[in-house]
Formats: sequence, structure tokens, C-alpha cells
Amino acid sequence: MSCAQTFHDYALRSIGIGERLLPRSDFDLCQQVVLIGSGLIWNLYFGIFALFFGFFLANALAVAKASANPWLSRPANGFIFLFRGSPLFIQFFLAYAALVMLPKGGINFLGVTIATDWLTKAWGGALIVLILNTAAYSAQIFYGALQSVPKGDLEAADAYGMTGWKRFRRIVWPTMMRLAWPSYTNEAIFLFHATTLVFFSAFPAFQQRGDSLYYASYFADKTFNPFVAYPIVAGYFILLTLSLIALFGVMNRRLNRHLPGATRRIKYRPQLIR
Amino acid sequence: MFAHCSDPASLEGLSWLMCYLTSSTHLQFYASFGTVLALLAITAPIALLFGFGGAMAARSGFAPLRLLGKAYTAMVRGIPDIIFFLFVPIALDQGLEWMRHKVLCDSDAPVRQGNDFIVCAAAKLPLSNSPEWVHQAYGFTTAVVAFAVVFGAFAANVLYGAMQAVPRAQLETAEAYGMTPRQVNRRVLIPQMWTYAIPGLSNLWMILIKATPLLFILGIEDIVYWARELGGTKTSAFAYPHPDWRLYYFLGLLIFYLFMTWISERIIQRLTGRLSRGQATLAGEAQRKAGTT
Repeated sequence: MSCAQTFHDYALRSIGIGERLLPRSDFDLCQQVVLIGSGLIWNLYFGIFALFFGFFLANALAVAKASANPWLSRPANGFIFLFRGSPLFIQFFLAYAALVMLPKGGINFLGVTIATDWLTKAWGGALIVLILNTAAYSAQIFYGALQSVPKGDLEAADAYGMTGWKRFRRIVWPTMMRLAWPSYTNEAIFLFHATTLVFFSAFPAFQQRGDSLYYASYFADKTFNPFVAYPIVAGYFILLTLSLIALFGVMNRRLNRHLPGATRRIKYRPQLIR
Repeated sequence: MFAHCSDPASLEGLSWLMCYLTSSTHLQFYASFGTVLALLAITAPIALLFGFGGAMAARSGFAPLRLLGKAYTAMVRGIPDIIFFLFVPIALDQGLEWMRHKVLCDSDAPVRQGNDFIVCAAAKLPLSNSPEWVHQAYGFTTAVVAFAVVFGAFAANVLYGAMQAVPRAQLETAEAYGMTPRQVNRRVLIPQMWTYAIPGLSNLWMILIKATPLLFILGIEDIVYWARELGGTKTSAFAYPHPDWRLYYFLGLLIFYLFMTWISERIIQRLTGRLSRGQATLAGEAQRKAGTT
């Protein structure tokens, strides 16, 4: 089978388009590269959506944590402790065990049936866990940045008569983002790395539609040779990490564009994994 | 375990629960918490050693060694750690078996034949006639090596940064006293770097705690394995039938991990307080002003 044919059959296999059966024998390099690359779609899906929704939740949590009102700061603290203090792997298992207990036919709420079956699927349930998890880690980063917003900035805002929401939106929030961005870049990278855990925890890969590491371990198990499949998936992730650093670097420059010379090169510090 | 537990079907309520929670499989479940703690206790010093080696290599004056050290510290940056956890044990196993095959077997057949990895019986690791505990110990050892390699690379990052943070003037002064590079390392650099390394290393410890459930992926019978095993639905064919209780078992594991990270955080806080006492740092200065010294 030619490589172009393999590409046609398996490039979108992970989302259910193309050949139904996975290769069973005579594995060649092309199949492994294509199929593992196809699995990368899932990693991107989980990473991008978790990052997007988690970002808003993290902002809310960080502000709540910094609030003087204990009714806001205590729940935020508890949430952050819960998700940062326990392994993501256990969170996946726990969430899955809880979600399969929901009634299969959906919950009847005030005459409206709320479907529940999508929550036990990886695309729904695992995404929610990832959103909550990254929100907790990012909230801690944003909270730290919020605490280091210079006092002078706030005093200047006061002098201009800015208060409340306007002061937050125009002064506090942009500075908070600027300060948090290098750490947030690392969090984003580790979030993408953490997406490989989804199909190794409780969530089943429906019709063998899995992520890149799922296919890599499939090949490693079938060929009994870890020296081909794992380096391929590692290569994909190095490319992914480099493009993330580039993308976040562009945003970092934009955040710092009013401060010539202040753009710190984002130093990649792997200090957060779960 | 208890005499009155011999007939579980006749038990009810609290006594049923007591007997259930002390059944032989549950005792194995409790023992697996020891496996996790053992992994932490064994891996942490080995990873620190790996990290130390990596950081020293990255600072070496000998170019190939420096390149090796830098590559080692850089590899965990772009590649998810789970890939290493999957890769290292099987690669290690095949590497060792291949070497034993070369030495112990007299056949010239290649070890890779199609999709099979074939070595002669004498080269198998562990030997197929060895008892069950040897197999388990071997699996655990390869898991420890995988953890040590990954966390060694993380530790190398931290220690390399800490070594770079020691003021250059300190090392120059030591050189001016005529110390050899080895003496500079041992007498000046290494004693001073710990102050800078402690925050990173304590962070790493928390990460290591949270990575221990990945033992399950490596096929070790750890707490996740037993929680799934015991929590799953048990029909009346079993001594203690019950519905799907995995949620409660995983809740137990969650609380265990929250407790572990919480207590570690408390200990680290005390430790950093102790270490910054009398130091010319912000924290040390704050302690002096508060009069707590």
C-alpha cells in the first residue's frame, strides 16, 4: 500500500473518517506516522478547548480568591486546593465513576430532559475535567500576578477617578495578564502534555478513536518495538510545544508592546505537571 | 481475618462492613499504599542523584558531556512525561534481554523477527521459572528507573538553575585562593546552591507525589488498580456482593492524595522558614524584623 493511500485511509481515522479497521500486520513507518498524527487531533481538541474555557474560569477564580469577602475567597481557595492538590489521573477516574452513575436516559428537570450520556464520553467528560483542572492551576498563576500589580498603577487609576469595573478592566487586568503570561505559557504547554492521559485513564476510546499516545502504544504493543512509535509521538509533541511557545511569544509581545524593552523572553520552566 | 467473618452471607450492617473492609483483598489494597510510599522514598533520592549528575554534566567543560547533560535536561520540556513512563520500562527490559541474549545464548538468530522479540529461555528477565514476587519486584524496579529518569531530568533543571544562581564572585574568590575546580565545586558551589534549589525541589516533590498513580499504567498493582478491582460491581457469586462502588474508592484515593500534598506543604513551609533563618534574603530579613529568631 502506498503512503498516499495510507494517508487517505488513516489521516482522519481518530475522528471516525476513513478506514474502519486499524492495521493489524505488516506495519510500516508511514502507517505509524499517519495514524499517530491523526491521534494528535484529539490532543489539539482537548488542549484548545480546555485552555479557552479554562481561561475565563481561571480569571473569575483568581479575582474571587483575591476578594476580601470570605464567601467568595473560601470556595475559590477550596476549588484550587482540590484540583491542584490531587493527581489529574485520579480526577479522571473519579469523574468517570461519578458520571456513569447518572441515569442513562437523562435527567428530567422541570419537564425538560437533560441528556447525560455525552458526559461519559471522552469528548465531554474528560474535557470538563481538563477545563476545571487547568482553571485551578491558571487561577493560582493569575492570583499571584494579581497580587503583584504595582501599587503605583492602582494609585494612578484612583487619581484619574477610575473605580470598580473600569479600573479592573483598564488597569488591573492588563497588568495581571502581562505579569502572568510567562507562567501561563508553561501551564498551556503542560495542559497539552496532560491531554495524553485521557485515554489511559477511565475514559474509553470509542471504536479505537484515540489520541496520539493511544495509537503509539497500540503500535508498540503490536510490534513489540517501543523504539519507533514512541519517538514519533515525542517528535509530534516537540513540534507542538515549539509552536505553542511561538504563539504565546507573539501574544506576550503584544501584551508588552507599550513597554519597549520590557518583553522578557518567555523562559520555559517546567515546574508544573500533574 | 476474624473468625466470625467466615460466613459473609449471614452478616448484616456494621459487622458486614467490618468483615468486608478486612477481607484479604482489602488487606492487599491497604498494603499497596505502602507500595506508593516505597516508590516515593526510593525514587526521590535516586532522581536527585540523576538530577545532580545531569546538572554537573550540563556545566562540564568537556563539550560532548555538556551536550549530553543539556539534552537530558531539555528532553522533558517538549515531551509529555507519560511517554517516558511507557517507553523507559519496556526499552530497559528489551535492552537488558538483548545483552543477556548476546552473552548467554549460543544461537545467532536475531532477536527481532518480524513483530516478535525473541530471546532464548536463559536470557529472559526475570527467568520464567522464578517465583511471582521476583516478577513483581522486577516490574517495580523498572518503574522506579522510569520515574528516576523523568524526575532526574526535572531535578537537573532545578539544580542547574540553582548552580547558575550562586553569585559568580563567590566562585572567583575561591579560585583566587588557589582551589582546584573540584574543590570549588565541593566547598563553595554545592553548599551554597541549596538555598536557591529548595523552592524548585519542593515543587518537584509535590509533582512526584501527584505522579505516583501513573504506576497503574506501568502494570503495577498499585492503589488505582485495587480501587478499580474492589470498587467494580460484585455479583452474588462473590463473598461480598455490592453494586458499583468505584466512586467511593476513588474518593478515598483523592482524600489520600490531598492529605499527602497538604502535609508536604506544611512541612516544606517549616523547612523553608528554618533554612531562611539568618540568611541575607527577603524571608530572612522579615524573620529578623518580626523578632522570631
